[in-house]
Amino acid sequence: MASVATVMLPLPALPSGWSAEKDFKAVGHLSEAVQRSIEPVGPHFLAHARRARHKRTFSEDDRIQAQESAKNVEDGDESDVSEPEDPMMLQSEAKDWKSQDHYKILGLSKYRHKATEDQIKKAHRKKVLKHHPDKKAAQGRVDDDQFFKCIQKATDVLLDPIKRRQYDSVDEEADVEPPTKKVLQKGDYYKLWSKVFKAEGRFSKTHPVPSFGSSDATKEQVDEFYNFWYNFDSWRSFEYLDEDVPDDNENRDQKRHMERKNTNSRKKKKAEDNARLRKLLDDASAGDERIKRFRQEANAAKNKKRLDKEAAEKKALEDAQAKKEAEANAAAEAEASAKANRESSKKAKEAAKNALKKNKRVLKGSVKDANYFAAGEPTAAQIDAVLNGVDAIQAKNDPDEIAALASKLNGLTVADEIKSVWSGEAKRLVDAGKLKDGDVKALA
Amino acid sequence: MSDNTKAGPEPSERVAIGLTFGNSNSSIAYTVDDKAEVIANEDGDRQIPTVLSYVDGDEYYGGQAKNFLVRNPDNTIAGFRDFLGQEFKAVDPTHCHASAHPQEADGSVSFAVKDKGGEEAASTVPVGEAATRYLRRLVGSATDYLGKKVTSAVITVPTNFSEKQREALIKAANDADIEILQIVSDPVAAVLAYDARPEAIIEDKIIVVADLGGTRSDVAVVASRGGMYTILATAHDYEFAGVHLDQALMEHFAKEFQKKHSVDPRGNARSLAKLRLESEAAKRALSLGANAQFSVESLADGFDFSVTINRIRFEMVGRKVFEGFNRLIEGVVKKAGLDVLDIDEVIMCGGTSHIPRIANNFRGIFPESTEILAPATSATAINPSELTARGAALQASLIQEYEATDIEQSTHPAVTTVKHISNAIGVITVGPNGDEFTPVMPIETAVPARRTVRIAAPKEGGDVLIKVVEGGTHIKVTKAEPKEKAEDSDEDSDFDSDDEDEEKREKIWKVGSLLAEAAIKGIKAGGQVEVTINVLADLSVTVTAREVGGKGGVRGTLSGQ
Repeated sequence: MASVATVMLPLPALPSGWSAEKDFKAVGHLSEAVQRSIEPVGPHFLAHARRARHKRTFSEDDRIQAQESAKNVEDGDESDVSEPEDPMMLQSEAKDWKSQDHYKILGLSKYRHKATEDQIKKAHRKKVLKHHPDKKAAQGRVDDDQFFKCIQKATDVLLDPIKRRQYDSVDEEADVEPPTKKVLQKGDYYKLWSKVFKAEGRFSKTHPVPSFGSSDATKEQVDEFYNFWYNFDSWRSFEYLDEDVPDDNENRDQKRHMERKNTNSRKKKKAEDNARLRKLLDDASAGDERIKRFRQEANAAKNKKRLDKEAAEKKALEDAQAKKEAEANAAAEAEASAKANRESSKKAKEAAKNALKKNKRVLKGSVKDANYFAAGEPTAAQIDAVLNGVDAIQAKNDPDEIAALASKLNGLTVADEIKSVWSGEAKRLVDAGKLKDGDVKALA
Repeated sequence: MSDNTKAGPEPSERVAIGLTFGNSNSSIAYTVDDKAEVIANEDGDRQIPTVLSYVDGDEYYGGQAKNFLVRNPDNTIAGFRDFLGQEFKAVDPTHCHASAHPQEADGSVSFAVKDKGGEEAASTVPVGEAATRYLRRLVGSATDYLGKKVTSAVITVPTNFSEKQREALIKAANDADIEILQIVSDPVAAVLAYDARPEAIIEDKIIVVADLGGTRSDVAVVASRGGMYTILATAHDYEFAGVHLDQALMEHFAKEFQKKHSVDPRGNARSLAKLRLESEAAKRALSLGANAQFSVESLADGFDFSVTINRIRFEMVGRKVFEGFNRLIEGVVKKAGLDVLDIDEVIMCGGTSHIPRIANNFRGIFPESTEILAPATSATAINPSELTARGAALQASLIQEYEATDIEQSTHPAVTTVKHISNAIGVITVGPNGDEFTPVMPIETAVPARRTVRIAAPKEGGDVLIKVVEGGTHIKVTKAEPKEKAEDSDEDSDFDSDDEDEEKREKIWKVGSLLAEAAIKGIKAGGQVEVTINVLADLSVTVTAREVGGKGGVRGTLSGQ
């Protein structure tokens, strides 16, 4: 809200005789208001929206906001919960600082390598307040500064990024032991291993470190995980475990010897560490059901491809066969029908020939029946002439006409009737111009 | 307002920036420790021209793309912001004349540019796609600058952006993988940028925001009441804007050139483009210095052209446009039903606001009591080009921790549409000329609202009467006479008449209807009375009065209507 404005002009004095209940007199009402849209922008609008949505009045909202902001401050102070101090730890000697757990000394064993610089500073201050030798002296314990020295050493190490990294490298408290087979049988494989790799991931130079994932991870995720870890780029080093190099100038050879020894031992430890990590990975992947699943799936996919291909080939072959057969069938059929056609036409031809022969016999028979149109015994010449005429007519007629003529002649025995048929036929042919008048005189 | 279709990022993972996506220029801003900073892109520009250009399949944006207006105008898209969500028949293609021309596609607007490289035919880029590509580049610059992937943005638009245009803008942004937290109007973003300064005091004032841009000018009258902003009136003008000043300069330089070489540089598209770019540069230079150099190599027919122009000459050639701005700002004050005496502040934003003449003209229009916030008239003014982006960034930092649904609910009309009192509420005090109205809660205050004032009691103390009344103003015009008749009644009207004006205008409070009376008894000499007026949403009024440092007090309520 706007700050309180001050008006310099004075208020009027109370007229005499003015009175009201509780000194307040309500007289009028506000005049009609205008509906407008306020722009939803700015901190004061946010406050307005908060009040409107939670139906708070100004004073309620002020109170709640004040409480919230007060709580926030408190939360910030409460972030560090102090750990109980182990009585054994309090007995530690400053000269054994290499083997002490710096995080535990400062009460940060919960955070370890994740502790921020700010947390370390705060923890240090807290411990100093408690363990300062002067405080001990006040309780009558003079010269009791061993644990205080431990605290100072721990802070020294942890506040120096290089030293801290060296210490973190060998901080086995932060390691998570790989699960044994027995444990794995009972627990969730993926959960157990992912804890291990999460702890190992603190040594990674590259971030983010892919997580082990759960049983339903995709192939890409699993591949990424194993690729990352098999090519793990670690900052872990083992200087912290070096043996002390004598710092005097008296024995240079001894010094160099120690240095060489340290370098070699660092290298060796680094190699061992790499081998250890590799073994971890091998162990993890050996029991990883996901990899098996992916392999099976891949195989299934491959097999499917092969089977599909084979089926396709088979089908093509069958199709070709069927096609061939169909073609052969069609050819055979065609041949058969052609043969049948040929035979039937041959038969018909023969039948026609026979009919023609028969008809011709009828024709010849008819003239014979008619006694060659002669009265009495026909002479050879007469017979010859008639038969020539019949031949001529036969030659000029096609089989159908011969059949028609035969049907006319068939059954006729009377010579005159036969003669008339023949003469009619001869006349027809002469009229049609197929015969000359004289050719068939014998039949005319 | 943030009706995103896809789920946005978690509030804790948001990286939010403020975006001003203008028709001519855009800017990006980010907040560091509650202070907004405008980010420069790779080219070092803080005002990034809203231009996209395609050369052999490569995409250029900003200043680089703008330079391609000379050599590659057909494949350069400029001035497309206003086309978003518009139908083809509704758009004004004037400002695209020297770049890719807008074309109709399915009723909306698109551009045909060769964006693939090779000899391929031009492909059609709808305006939404162009906006997506441009926004992606903008956010890409911000991501590079911040080193964190920018996920969300608050974006500013003119007040007359329609719902459809807003939707198109949100869609274009979502396609570029940006969550739009909120769309804020330009003038309010500008006001917010000023109010967020640490030294700013939140008080009740009426502000005119003059957003003078490249292709359009928008002015708005904003009532700022306890840090809440209500737009009272707006006006938009497409006839008087930065490009019209460029145009005036171009005419001027073209004539000079013609005089010298008898060639008209306006006859050839490339010469015209060179002329335009350099005129704009000269205009910018004239905002900073009194002289500017205009020089173009091979402007037309191989003739180089170099000439200086001074500010006076520029003000002469641009007089018509400057007068247009004056009319625009006077018009909007009238439209809001106010008088120039009612205006407490003029905020100038947009690139054209750098020009000193405009600010000086406004200085002449408004009374002395009005603060003109422009570089030319105020030393503390913020760079007008950066105002809206800063405002957007501040808003982004305020709301980025909220869920999208929370933001949507808070910006819902049910929350934003509230009653605004139509008369000021105040108390009666005793001035030299009898009773005087002292405003406590000014007109157009959004309710619920609470105001507290401390009023001096009479010197000798005793019993006082608190009369709570409504009040209005009117403008009193008096002929200038040697002797002043009325004493100034409040801060808004201390308007000295020491100039040659024939008449003197002042704002006079008029006492309206009486709302309540209360009495405080037995005040010590030299004491003060604190009066709190609390108006609730149903227009009921609670008046609380007590002596400062005293106990008890009087409290009473007026029921609403």
